[in-house]
Amino acid sequence: MSDNENQEKKPSGAGGHKAAEAGRGGRKTPARRGPVGAPRDRSAKLGMGYGHRGKIMVTGAAGALAQHVIADLTERGYEVVGVEFRGVQDDYPDTVDYVIDFNQRPFEDVFREHDFVGIAHLGRIRFTQSTRGRRYSANVVGTSRLLRLARKYGVEKVLALSTFHVYGADARNPSLIDEEYPMRAANLMPETVDAVELENLFNIHLYKHPELNIVVLRPCNIAGPGIKNEISRMLAQPVAPCLVGFSPLMQFIHVADMSAAVVAAFEQNHPGVYNVAPDDYVTYQDALQMAGCRRLFLPSIPPVLARRAVRALGRLAPSEYLIDFFKYSVIIDGSLFSRTYDFTPQYSLSELFAHYRALK
Amino acid sequence: MRIRQYLKPRTVSREVESIVDRLPMGNIGSLGYDPWGLNPDTAKITFMAVRWLYENYFRVVAHGLDNVPASGRVLIVGNHSGQLPMDGVLVSFAVANKGEGARLPRSMIERWFPSVPFLGNWMNSVGGVIGDPKNCAKMLEREEALVVFPEGVRGSGKPYRLRYQLQRFGHGFMHLAMEHNTPIVPVGVVGCEETMPSLVNIRPLARMLGMPYFPLSPLVPLPARVILNFGQPMQFPNDANSERDVEWRVEEVKDAIRDLIDAGIAQRKSIF
Repeated sequence: MSDNENQEKKPSGAGGHKAAEAGRGGRKTPARRGPVGAPRDRSAKLGMGYGHRGKIMVTGAAGALAQHVIADLTERGYEVVGVEFRGVQDDYPDTVDYVIDFNQRPFEDVFREHDFVGIAHLGRIRFTQSTRGRRYSANVVGTSRLLRLARKYGVEKVLALSTFHVYGADARNPSLIDEEYPMRAANLMPETVDAVELENLFNIHLYKHPELNIVVLRPCNIAGPGIKNEISRMLAQPVAPCLVGFSPLMQFIHVADMSAAVVAAFEQNHPGVYNVAPDDYVTYQDALQMAGCRRLFLPSIPPVLARRAVRALGRLAPSEYLIDFFKYSVIIDGSLFSRTYDFTPQYSLSELFAHYRALK
Repeated sequence: MRIRQYLKPRTVSREVESIVDRLPMGNIGSLGYDPWGLNPDTAKITFMAVRWLYENYFRVVAHGLDNVPASGRVLIVGNHSGQLPMDGVLVSFAVANKGEGARLPRSMIERWFPSVPFLGNWMNSVGGVIGDPKNCAKMLEREEALVVFPEGVRGSGKPYRLRYQLQRFGHGFMHLAMEHNTPIVPVGVVGCEETMPSLVNIRPLARMLGMPYFPLSPLVPLPARVILNFGQPMQFPNDANSERDVEWRVEEVKDAIRDLIDAGIAQRKSIF
């Protein structure tokens, strides 16, 4: 499908304002549905010839993962409407069709205008991007409204992206944490409570409204081109901090593999909660070295000194309340997802870190 | 990684390299780690150091190693002592170095070890795993051998005056053995009590440092002779009707370990 064809299909109306002019609550210019750098082998294997398979709303459409997902879904014959509610930037990529707050009334117009068959809810204001109150309002209250509208307008599939952070980082964590393990983050690190609440919201809807066919994915660290989360930021820096005497075991999934996981979960749709992680592991300090980072050692004990050091480094260090994720291993068991969706990541850890090494 | 790359060619002999390479280690990823952090290269470097301690410092004598099966799930359950987890290291090494049928048992470590800088990472990289029931269950499903000390810190942190007196055993290991149809090989460890005799536990200091105990003891382990006696495997069907039944079975294991300790003490000619 060419870019022009895509543009012709773009609807008009709903907000009445171009996002470039109006910002939050407004309307973005028609999106381009071009490739974003994801490998095309997978789709080539599946072959062309997909027909129109319905409209899908993808939230967080400005994010790197969403851009991959939108490209993959479009290739499979879906018509994608990209929605962004994180009104934090002036310029948005072409994957964003609407910039709108989920808690504002015009958001329902998006549902009225498009007959969505599914929603891929990938957008979430990250811990570092806003205040706790704003995050709660956007992530939890906003998502609650999204689900209410999904029910009202007969959406058949909902996929939500959560995070492995909901398990919390603790010295006593077992390895290979499965989906039934308690979400201890709310207790261990209150700043992440919105992520746990968001999960609870989906879990309630999962059982109360089975017609929504909700799939919740809890991926490990997503990394790769375009990803700007905390761990990617560390890997991309020439110098990255680490705590003396601590090098937790970590899991990483390439953004293109995560996109494939999202698309597989969306298409095959077996409702439930799934960890998504490869069966491969590396310690944080090994990862930094493979990514070509020089390590900056920070004091690790007493913990208050470690927190002060992290705070002093500002943007060079991970957020203070995520510090335990750089201290203790949080290894999740992705075998249920792999079995259910016959999913195997295509990118190795070495290939992933080679990307960051090449940046330096 | 760089320290490992530096140390390995300088410290690890070909013999040790081949011994460790022959040990079955399932699920090691592309960068040399398993999900619990085991790293074969670190294990090789540590193997060299522990071998010296085993043979020359503690002069360990192990009996009944044939009772540890060469494959399949197994719980090696012993008495805990000596303030440091030296007993776990020596039991694991004995099984890993036994020649035919050798395997690397994974030691269950106290939950606070991962919060200790360097020590937590190192213990994980040589096969230590925190003693969480979920960890144990997953490892047994993967047919691993586990070294468990059901006394926990009650055993390792006890003062010298309580030496060779078994403390209360947790029941978790018995539930795991029954639920996962796993044989228990009892092991009596003699000598580790004398490696680091503790006069008293300085509780306020332990609390301040977030440690389970702070012993008033020698700063380094003393070179006491260590005797390990591995007993016959014990099998318990999963048909307990109450926790009382489980308790009786735990007592059976304790009795077996007591007998093995008594045998070890009788075998010992001198403490040092």
